[in-house]
Amino acid sequence: MTNTVPKIELKNVRKAFGGKKVLNGVDVSVEKGQSLVIIGGSGTGKSVTLKCILGILEADSGSIKIDGNETRTLQGRKRDVLLDEFGMLFQGAALFDSLPVWKNVSFKLMQARRMPAKEAKDIAVHKLSQVGLGADVADLFPAELSGGMQKRVSLARAIAADPKIIFFDEPTTGLDPIMADVINDLIVKCVHTLGATAVSITHDMASARKIADRIAMIYQGQIIWNGKKEDIDHSGNEYVDQFINGRAEGPIQMQVLKH
Amino acid sequence: MSQEQLIQIRDLVKTKLLKLCQLLGAATLGFFQSTGAFAFFTIRSVSHCIRPPFYMSQFIRQFIDIGYYCLPVVGLTALFSGMVLALQSYSGFSRFSAEGAIATVVVLSMTRELGPVMAGLMVAGRIGASIAAELGTMRVTEQIDALTTLSTNPIKYLVVPRIVAGTAMLPALVLLADIIGVFGGFLVSVYRLDFNAANYVDQTWRYLENMDVISGLVKASAFGFIVTLMGCYFGFNSKGGAQGVGAATTNAVVSSSILILISNYLLTGLFFAK
Ligand SMILES: Nc1ncnc2c1ncn2[C@@H]1O[C@H](COP(=O)(O)OP(=O)(O)O)[C@@H](O)[C@H]1O
Ligand SMILES: [Mg+2]
Repeated sequence: MTNTVPKIELKNVRKAFGGKKVLNGVDVSVEKGQSLVIIGGSGTGKSVTLKCILGILEADSGSIKIDGNETRTLQGRKRDVLLDEFGMLFQGAALFDSLPVWKNVSFKLMQARRMPAKEAKDIAVHKLSQVGLGADVADLFPAELSGGMQKRVSLARAIAADPKIIFFDEPTTGLDPIMADVINDLIVKCVHTLGATAVSITHDMASARKIADRIAMIYQGQIIWNGKKEDIDHSGNEYVDQFINGRAEGPIQMQVLKH
Repeated sequence: MSQEQLIQIRDLVKTKLLKLCQLLGAATLGFFQSTGAFAFFTIRSVSHCIRPPFYMSQFIRQFIDIGYYCLPVVGLTALFSGMVLALQSYSGFSRFSAEGAIATVVVLSMTRELGPVMAGLMVAGRIGASIAAELGTMRVTEQIDALTTLSTNPIKYLVVPRIVAGTAMLPALVLLADIIGVFGGFLVSVYRLDFNAANYVDQTWRYLENMDVISGLVKASAFGFIVTLMGCYFGFNSKGGAQGVGAATTNAVVSSSILILISNYLLTGLFFAK
């Protein structure tokens, strides 16, 4: 155990939309340089958790600390400064379809850091090569790429400004198993090269096992289990067991079965 | 009727009334909530208009979109409005031998009313809809969230350029529409109604005051602001998938059209009250 301050620390984070409670007191923390994978079913609030940390959504209550500083209600300049450290790969890639690939990748460098176009393009091409894409892709538009390529471009965009904290929201969902594994390898490699702290979301166990140092499971808006990835197969938690083995029977009842 | 039946009816009325009150309450609350959200969005957008950084390439794109690509539709509408004005006022005014006033009627109607209102409504259909659809799609595909994580304020990057371009470009469009509309009236009067060309031009200028044109341009600016703001607001707040984007587009066009007509009345009252 280390006694340093965790890079990210969530305590009792709650978030509701109207009357619908999505997060019911999430507690989780990530040490610097570690990779945490959050697993859990669809609609259990995984993406909402990440968005609360980023401040895209404001959590209703609780504490969200980055490097030991409370950030839950940060606004304006202070939020901008904080967000400068982050990179995020969105679930649906979320590339800007009006811009060519290289401008997507170098967006933050050009718009927020005012880097000249030529220099930014060189960096974009370099980052694209890191995710296994050639320079010829740089001038294409996102709509001309396959799903796997879009994810890779989005990954290049997330790492382009050398973030200290990086989030991956379902990086492998919707990809074939081989492309999924390619993305997993890229994520491990990129996080390692950057020395970044990573939080990933997935319901793909193969991906989780590959990316994670630690795994946390979210169910009904709470973290119900959290431990080293080696321990996940003998967690002693029947929810986790049901999830990682993908069984329909167990304590987790799907909404469809209830009605 | 028995006592029991009466009690049953009373209870039924009670529950129905309660339901009605609940519905009314929820609707009122919803109304104030969305009005508040809209006001907040407006204030935030306007305050970002005057604070750097500014995204020049975005401004240029919007100026071209609104100014240049709206020219054909606005010009065409203005041309035919001017022509119809001439025809209508001829057939109306000849009943009391006031054909001489046609040129004045055409130029005053165009500059004060038809120019700005027609252009405003056309731009609402063309630009308001496309803004709502574009921003709505960006919202549901998380592109707006992505902007935030790339240290770029979405209001500054997406909303400000559109609002500024709308507010600045509509007066230019309307000035052009005024000229084209008056020209349309001229064409009909001279070639169809056999007016003397020089006389008509003279009549056009004689009673025209600066205020007629200026009031129209101020209106245009207000309409440009309304159209782009509504497009941005509904696009920005769209939910769900394709259906949500569709609803955002409809809401943007309908609400900006209504707001144009209402604010047109208010502004006219302000400019030309006795
Ligand atoms: N902006 C929002 N407004 C209202 N409800 C939302 C919003 N974002 C997410 N939700 C709801 O929160 C729940 C959790 O969503 P999410 O975190 O995206 O799930 P997942 O775990 O699959 O990523 C879902 O039921 C969703 O409907
Ligand atoms: Mg999700």
